[in-house]
Amino acid sequence: MAKREKILEIRNLSISFATGEGILHAVRGVNLDVHRGETVAIVGESGSGKSVTARAAMGILAPNSHVDSGTMKFWYEEGTGDTRCRREADLLRMSERERRRAVNGRRIAMVFQDPMTSLDPTMAIGEQLMEGMRWHNRLSKAQARRKAVQLLELVGIPEGERRLKQYPHQFSGGQRQRIVIAMALACDPELLICDEPTTALDVTIQARILELIARLQKKLNLSVIYITHDLGVVAKVADFVHVMYAGKIVESGTAEEIFYDPRHPYTWGLLSAIPDLHEKGERLYTIPGTPPNLLHEILGDAFAPRNRYALKIDYRREPPMVRLSDTHSAATWLLDERAPHVELPAALRARIARMKQEGNVL
Amino acid sequence: MHYLLKKFCTLIITLFIVSLLAFCAFQLIGDPTTSMLGTNATPEQVEALRHELGFDRPLLVQYGDWLIHFVQGDMGTSYSYNMPVSEMVGSRIMVTFIMTMMAFIMTVVVSIPLGIFAARREGGVFDRIITAFDQIVMSIPPFFIGILLTCVFGLILHVFQPGSFDAVRGHPVAYITYMIFPALSIAIPRIAMTVKMLRSSILEQMGQDYIRTAYSRGLNRDGVLWGHALRNALIPVVTFVAVSVAEMVAGSIVIEQVFSIPGIGRLLLASISSRDIPVVQAIVVILALWVVVVNFIADVLYQYIDPRIRLN
Repeated sequence: MAKREKILEIRNLSISFATGEGILHAVRGVNLDVHRGETVAIVGESGSGKSVTARAAMGILAPNSHVDSGTMKFWYEEGTGDTRCRREADLLRMSERERRRAVNGRRIAMVFQDPMTSLDPTMAIGEQLMEGMRWHNRLSKAQARRKAVQLLELVGIPEGERRLKQYPHQFSGGQRQRIVIAMALACDPELLICDEPTTALDVTIQARILELIARLQKKLNLSVIYITHDLGVVAKVADFVHVMYAGKIVESGTAEEIFYDPRHPYTWGLLSAIPDLHEKGERLYTIPGTPPNLLHEILGDAFAPRNRYALKIDYRREPPMVRLSDTHSAATWLLDERAPHVELPAALRARIARMKQEGNVL
Repeated sequence: MHYLLKKFCTLIITLFIVSLLAFCAFQLIGDPTTSMLGTNATPEQVEALRHELGFDRPLLVQYGDWLIHFVQGDMGTSYSYNMPVSEMVGSRIMVTFIMTMMAFIMTVVVSIPLGIFAARREGGVFDRIITAFDQIVMSIPPFFIGILLTCVFGLILHVFQPGSFDAVRGHPVAYITYMIFPALSIAIPRIAMTVKMLRSSILEQMGQDYIRTAYSRGLNRDGVLWGHALRNALIPVVTFVAVSVAEMVAGSIVIEQVFSIPGIGRLLLASISSRDIPVVQAIVVILALWVVVVNFIADVLYQYIDPRIRLN
């Protein structure tokens, strides 16, 4: 692998929410790196803390949230020509002003889940597209306009000049998501965070949006963080995968490692729960039980109550993150040398063998 | 354009139905000939008067006749005063209209900035003061505010002289000064309600997804509020203000009594008690016209604010 340039480093991030019923620990000690040009996926069920992690980077957490600990270092270049220099900033400790000036929309941009609601219904899309450029790059109206048309073209919406004057309700869901992507790219960001970008779209549109993001990523040398619960999406796009459960990353690795050599029982569960045409007639596997209530303190491994391979120690002590390779690690007691040997579930093993044989996942 | 045309047709139809209802309702009460002639009148006298006033014609003919005249500005003749209704109503409707318009302007001019500034710093000192004050003011009925204003500005500070309406007629400055207080009495509770409504509407919009998107583009709270939330937040507020303006006329009936202003409200009360049906009918239709026109203006505003209406 060529020399990788790290642009985001999250260490020991913990975020909690003050709710009516008590303190909810949504994110509990997350570590994560993003390198230039690479795609990192964060996978997990709803409530696993994946979106919260991303929102913390943008400083758009809900008002009742609190960052309990952690750092979120972000490296970016500033200035042009001779004054160009590499800067380091902690996104969690930046002033609001500085963040708005240097980060949001400018270097880190975000694509949200529901394109039906993530555009202002009363503003023409052109104005929404140009807003960021005028704000960050101080472009004139004419310049911003020209760029907006180019952006629309880039994301596959022709006749930009005419469409700039149109309003969100005049576009289909897929087109709106393209507009949201165009908007995110308006100021040439370095990192694009996609929070469930295809969840609200038709299946036929999903693939096209994913292809679009992949194409743009290559073209613009973007780093992308995908937040999703859909392993199908992950398989298509990700270089690195982090599996999150109950506010923690339980397994991370390259896409191959996660799909072909999963080690955490939760990852097994997720992989087994993907519908597969080859297993017609068989009942679709679901992980039993529900995620733990994060209002209560979690003792041991949060996944233990749903894990049929759980050991006694899982209920008492939190498993450490065990390094399996330079890129692969998992947090489960099953990897401890004292643990009994547990085989992958047979059905999953067969599925992985087939995936490997076909040369692609799913 | 299509939208406005449709709304305009609705306006005409509404007016037509209201006029028909107003006409029929008073026919049910019975014609006023007996009360005009007194209890000693002979049936022949009553019949003669009925013929003279046209009450012996079929109902539909009477309605058509009344409607055609009404549209031409002839609202009939008052039974009690024996003078054209249009003359009686005309000057009074102006008084009520001016008062309501003043109240409306006060409401908009005061409540929109207050609502915005309360929402701008949610939970801030200004917001808390406004919210607490709102709660108090909203629960005071307009007539009581009128009495308070009369005491403070009339009797103590002598800004205006209560009950001197006839004297200020024809003196624009004195007239407006006098009218400020009744208008204020109507406006104050409405201001409180509108502030509360706008504030919560803005805050609701501030929690929407597109606001989050705007933040992610790098806008700050002010940029997001003025650029996005406000326009969306105004949509329900326009509805509310339109309803308010319609209701202000009803509220003015009481306020006109408090400030001894010869507006349409006082005329309406007097005509109802004397069964002066042409006057009552005329006022009912005029009030309906008022409500319908205000709503039409609100519809025009909607399509200006909300492109989804404009373009569908």
